[in-house]
Amino acid sequence: MVAHSYQLKRADFIFKNENDWERILDKMLKRPTRELINELMSSELKGRGGAGFPTGLKWKLTAEDPSDTKFVICNADEGEPGTFKDREILTKVPYKVLMAMAVCGYVIGSNQGYIYLRGEYKFLVPELNKVIQEFEYYCKQIGHDFSIKIFLGSGAYICGEETALFESMEGKRGEPRNKPPYPSSNGYMGKATVVNNVETLAHTFTIFKYGAKKFYDLGVQYSRGSKLFSVSGDTPKPGIYELELGMSLQDFVNEFGDGDTKAVQVGGASGFLVPRKRFEKTTIGYRGKLTGISLPTGGSMMLFNSSRSMYNVLDNYLEFFREESCGQCTPCRVGCQQLHFGIKAVKRGDKPAQYLDKLLKLTETMQLTAKCGLGQSVANSFSSIVENFREEMIY
Amino acid sequence: MNPVQDLIKNLADEHGRSRANLLPILQGVVEQEKYLSELSMIEIARELNLSAADVYGTATFYSFLEHKKMGTYLIRVCKTITCAMKGKNQILFAIEDMLKIGLGETTSDGKFSLLQTNCLGWCHKAPAMLINDEVYTDLTPESVREILTEYLKK
Amino acid sequence: MSNTIHVTINGIALEVEKGKTILDAANQAGMIIPTLCFHKDLCIAGNCRVCVVEVSGQKRLAAACATPCEEEMEIQTNSLKVRNSRKHIIELLLSEHNADCTKCYKNGNCELQELASEYKIMTQDFLRLAPMKNYTIDQFSPSIIKDDSKCIRCQRCVRTCAELQGVNALTVAYKGDEMKIASFFEKAMNDVVCTNCGQCVNHCPTGALVERNYIEEVWDAISDPDKHVVVQTAPAVRVGLGEEMGMEVGSRVTGKMVSALKRLGFNAVLDTDFTADLTIIEEGTELLNRLKKALKEKDNSVKLPMATSCSPGWIKYIEHMYPEFLEHLSTCKSPQQMFGALVKTYYAKARKIDPENIVSVSIMPCTAKKFEANRPEMHDSGYRDVDYVLTTRELAIMIKQAGIDFKKLPDEKFDRLMGESTGAGVIFGATGGVMEAALRTAYELVTGREVPFENLNITPVRGMEGVRQATIKIENPLTQWDFLDGVELKCAVAHGLVNAQKVMDEVKSGTSQYHFIEVMACPGGCLGGGGQPIPTSPEIREKRMEAIYAEDAGMPLRKSHENPEILKIYQDFLGEPLGLKSHHLLHTKYIGRDRL
Repeated sequence: MVAHSYQLKRADFIFKNENDWERILDKMLKRPTRELINELMSSELKGRGGAGFPTGLKWKLTAEDPSDTKFVICNADEGEPGTFKDREILTKVPYKVLMAMAVCGYVIGSNQGYIYLRGEYKFLVPELNKVIQEFEYYCKQIGHDFSIKIFLGSGAYICGEETALFESMEGKRGEPRNKPPYPSSNGYMGKATVVNNVETLAHTFTIFKYGAKKFYDLGVQYSRGSKLFSVSGDTPKPGIYELELGMSLQDFVNEFGDGDTKAVQVGGASGFLVPRKRFEKTTIGYRGKLTGISLPTGGSMMLFNSSRSMYNVLDNYLEFFREESCGQCTPCRVGCQQLHFGIKAVKRGDKPAQYLDKLLKLTETMQLTAKCGLGQSVANSFSSIVENFREEMIY
Repeated sequence: MNPVQDLIKNLADEHGRSRANLLPILQGVVEQEKYLSELSMIEIARELNLSAADVYGTATFYSFLEHKKMGTYLIRVCKTITCAMKGKNQILFAIEDMLKIGLGETTSDGKFSLLQTNCLGWCHKAPAMLINDEVYTDLTPESVREILTEYLKK
Repeated sequence: MSNTIHVTINGIALEVEKGKTILDAANQAGMIIPTLCFHKDLCIAGNCRVCVVEVSGQKRLAAACATPCEEEMEIQTNSLKVRNSRKHIIELLLSEHNADCTKCYKNGNCELQELASEYKIMTQDFLRLAPMKNYTIDQFSPSIIKDDSKCIRCQRCVRTCAELQGVNALTVAYKGDEMKIASFFEKAMNDVVCTNCGQCVNHCPTGALVERNYIEEVWDAISDPDKHVVVQTAPAVRVGLGEEMGMEVGSRVTGKMVSALKRLGFNAVLDTDFTADLTIIEEGTELLNRLKKALKEKDNSVKLPMATSCSPGWIKYIEHMYPEFLEHLSTCKSPQQMFGALVKTYYAKARKIDPENIVSVSIMPCTAKKFEANRPEMHDSGYRDVDYVLTTRELAIMIKQAGIDFKKLPDEKFDRLMGESTGAGVIFGATGGVMEAALRTAYELVTGREVPFENLNITPVRGMEGVRQATIKIENPLTQWDFLDGVELKCAVAHGLVNAQKVMDEVKSGTSQYHFIEVMACPGGCLGGGGQPIPTSPEIREKRMEAIYAEDAGMPLRKSHENPEILKIYQDFLGEPLGLKSHHLLHTKYIGRDRL
C-alpha cells in the first residue's frame, strides 16, 4: 500500500548570506582532517551533480591516495537541460564554494583548485576572478597555501563527465576515459583528484558551519539534506528552490504545477519522465526503500502540461544526445542516431509501431555497454517516454 | 609578423606552451578573431609543438570554437527543450527576418552570424540566446528586434 | 603480497598476473573475445565495445580490453546478455558503415565482416545511416586511399599515427554523430604531413584505409607483348608473403616467390637486394668521405651524423618535421629507386632492350614506396624509373588471381644481371640491417679485416628496442684511413618514426655524438612495413625478423662488396662509387615541406 507522509519542505541554507566564512575556514583548518571526513560522512551528503556518490567517501579515498600532487576541481560545467542552479550559486554565494574547495584541499592534501566553468557562463568570469583573488589573499594571510584557477569550457555537454573534464583541462577532446582507474587515484594529469559539483561544495559549507546533524536532520533516510531544484517548463513559478529531499512528486506538482501537469522530467534529459499517474508513487531522492520509485536528480525539474507533445519532447532530447555524445563509443554514437532517426521513422509511418520495441531493446544495450554515463542514461528518458506515451510516438 | 601570429605568440606566452594550455589559447584566438582559421591553427600547432591535425581535432570537438569565418556578433539561440517549448522558432524567424540570413549564415557586412546551440542554462527564463558572451533571456520577437536594433547601431 | 589473482571465466577457475585485463585472462584460458578497437601495438581505447563481458555483481557489462581483473571476479564471456549486446553493437556499426562488401577491396580480410559473419547478422533492422552521411573518399595520394564510408571510428589509425609514428597526420574530429577521422581541415592525405608509411592501413580493421593498388595496371603491362616487364622484390617481402598464402608466420618463401613471379609472366625476376648491396657501397663510401672531411680535413661544413635514406616514409618525415636537417641524409637513393634507374639504363643496354619498352615493377613491403616512385625527381634514367609499386599484399592477390597453388611451387632462382645478392642485402629488411651491412663493408674497407663480431653478426644493432646504439672502435686501419685510428664510430638505429623523433631531437639539440644513424619508418623495419600482410603484432614482427636473419646466415656471401654482380657493374658501367654516373643515377636531393 502506498502512503506518502512527506510534505514539501523549503530550506534556506545555500543562498543564505554568511558573513563569517573566514572564521569558519580558520576553524576548519585547525581540525584534524579525519574529523572533517567523518563529519561529512555522517552528514550523508551525496553528490548533487546527479550521480549521487557519497561526498565524504570521495574525499576520504582521495585523501588516502599516496600521490604527492593532488587537485580539487569544482565542476561548474552545468549542461544538463533544465539545470541552472550552479550559476546562481556562483553568482550569489561564490565564497562558500571557494571555502569548501580550500577545506577539501586541506583534507586531501592539495594546494591547487580549479573551477571548470562551462563556456556558456563566460560572463561570470570577471566577477568570479575578483572573489577568487580576495579569497586567495585571505588564505595567504592565514598561511594557508591554496590557489584557485578558472578553466573555461567551450561548449561540450560531455565535459561535465569527470574524466572527460580532465581530458578537456589537459587540452584534449573531452572524451571520457575508461574506469577504473578512478579520479581518486588517477584524475587530472594522472593525479588523485576530487571533483565535486558546485552545489555539493556549497552544502559542505553548511555542514562545516552548522555541523553534520543539522544537515542530516533534513530529508529522509538515504536522502539526507536539502537540494536545489531548477524548476522550468509549464509552471507559473519557474526558478530555483531549495527543498528537503524525500518529497513525493505529487507534492512537488501541487506546489509548482499549473493545474494541468501531464508529466515531469526529473533529472534533465538524462533523467526520467514521470507521467501523472505515477506522481504519487515517485519520491525525489537517492536510491532507497521509500514508497514507490525514487529518482536521483541533479535537480532539474521540467514540467509539461497536457498541451505538450511528448513526441516533440523526446525528439528534442534525442537531438541533444545525438549532437552532444562525444562520439567515441559505438553504442552511444550510433545508438543515439538510431533512436533519434528511429522515432522519426515511426512517427512518419516509415517503420511500424513495433519498431519502438526494437529501439527499447537498443536502449538496454546502450545502458549496459556505453562507456560513460551519457550513453548509459539515454535509456532513462527514452524508455520512460516511449513506455508511457507510446500512442503519441506512433503515426 | 602577421597580427594573428602576434596574438598567438602572446597567448602562448601568457598561458604557457604545454598541451594543457591549448584550450585557453584557442579561446583567446576565438575571442579576438571570432573563429579559428587554418593559419591560426597552424600557428598554434607550431607554438605548442603539436600537429596541426591535433589542434583541428580538438577545436572541432567544442561547439564554441568555430572554425568557419563568423561575424562580429555571433548570435546563438538556445534550441533545447524549454526554449523550444517557449517559442525558440519564433525568435529565430524574427532574427532571420530582420537580418536576412538563415541559420549558419553571416550577414553580407560581416556583422552578424546566426547559430543554434544546446542548453544555455536559462530554462526558467526561456527562450534565451547569447550574443557573443552576453545573455538575453525571456525573449519575444519584439524584444529580440529591440536588442538587434541596438546592435545594429554599434 | 601475492602477484597473482584468482578469477573464473565461464566457470573455469584461473590464476592471472596482477594488472592483466579480462581480455588477457580470457586469452590465457583459451577463450576468444571479439575485439575491434583493440590492437596489440596500441594503447587501450575501449571504444568499440564489442568485447563486453558480464562480471558478476556488476550492473553493466565491462569492456574486456579495458577492465583489469580483480580478485574473485566471476566473468561470463558468452551469456545471453553479452551475446545480445554484442549483436546490437555489430548491427550498429554496420548501420553506419557502407556494407557493400562485395565491392570492397578488403572483402574477405575485414574484421567487421568477420564479426558480422560470426554473429550471423542476417538482417538490417536498424535504419541505414550510411546513405544519410556525406562520406568522402580521398584518392589523391599515390599510396593510400581513405574511404570514410568504411570507417568504424575505432581510432586504431589515429593511435597508430600518434603512438607508433609520432606524426599525427590523422586525428579524431568533431563529436557526436559527426565524429570522424580526419586530417587537418580534412585536406587530402597527399597535402598533409602524412609520410605514406601505411601503418594506418596495416592497423585498420576494415576497408577505410587501404593501399592504392596497381594490380590491373601491372596485369595490363604483363599481357602487352611489346613490353618487357621487369620485377624487383624487396628483402622483407620474402619473409611476409607466405602469411598471405596461408603459411606460418616467419616462413621464408624466396624460392617460391621467384617461382610465382615467373609464372605470373614477368619477363625478368630480379632482386632489390642487389641494389641494397649497391647502396652499401655508395652509402659506405659517402660516410667514409664525410668522416674524412670532418676528421682529417677539419671541414666544419660536413654534416654528421649521416642518416640512411632507404626508407621513403622516413624521408618524407624528415622533409616535413626537420627540414633544416636534410643535409644529414645520405644522398643515396633507396635500393628500389637505384634499381629503377639502372633497369632502364644498365640492364636495358646489356639486354639490348629499348628502355621505352621496359615496365619496371617493384614488390615492396611498403606503401610509401608508391609515393617515392611517383616523386618527380625519380626520372634519372630518362624515363620514370619505377613504373608500378605493389605491396606484398597486392602480389598475393595477383598470385591468387592467377590460380597458383603457392605452397606447392618449386623453389626457383632470381634471373641474372641485378639478381645476385648477399646476406647484407637481405638484412635491409630488418631494423638495424642497413647499419649492420654498412659496418660489415666499411670496417673491412678501412681496416682490411672483417668486423670483429662472431659470424659477422653485429648483434648490438639487432633487436626490437626502439632506439639502439653501438660503438665500434677502429684500430690499425689501412694507411689511407689512418685518421680513423682509435676513432670510436658511434651509431644509432631507430625504427618507428616516434623513435626517429627521439634521435632527431638529440641531433637537433646538439647532444648527439653519433656519426651514423639508421632510421626505418616502420616498427621492426621493412618487415613490419605498411604493405606487409595484415595482421601485424610484435610477435609476428619478431618471427619475420628471425626469418630475415636466418636467410642472411644461409647466404654464401654476406658482405655487399663481395657480390660479384656489384663488382661487375662498377667495372662495366658505373666506374667508381660516388663517380659521375653514380652521382647521376644513384643519388638524389630532398625538399623541405610544411608541417600540416
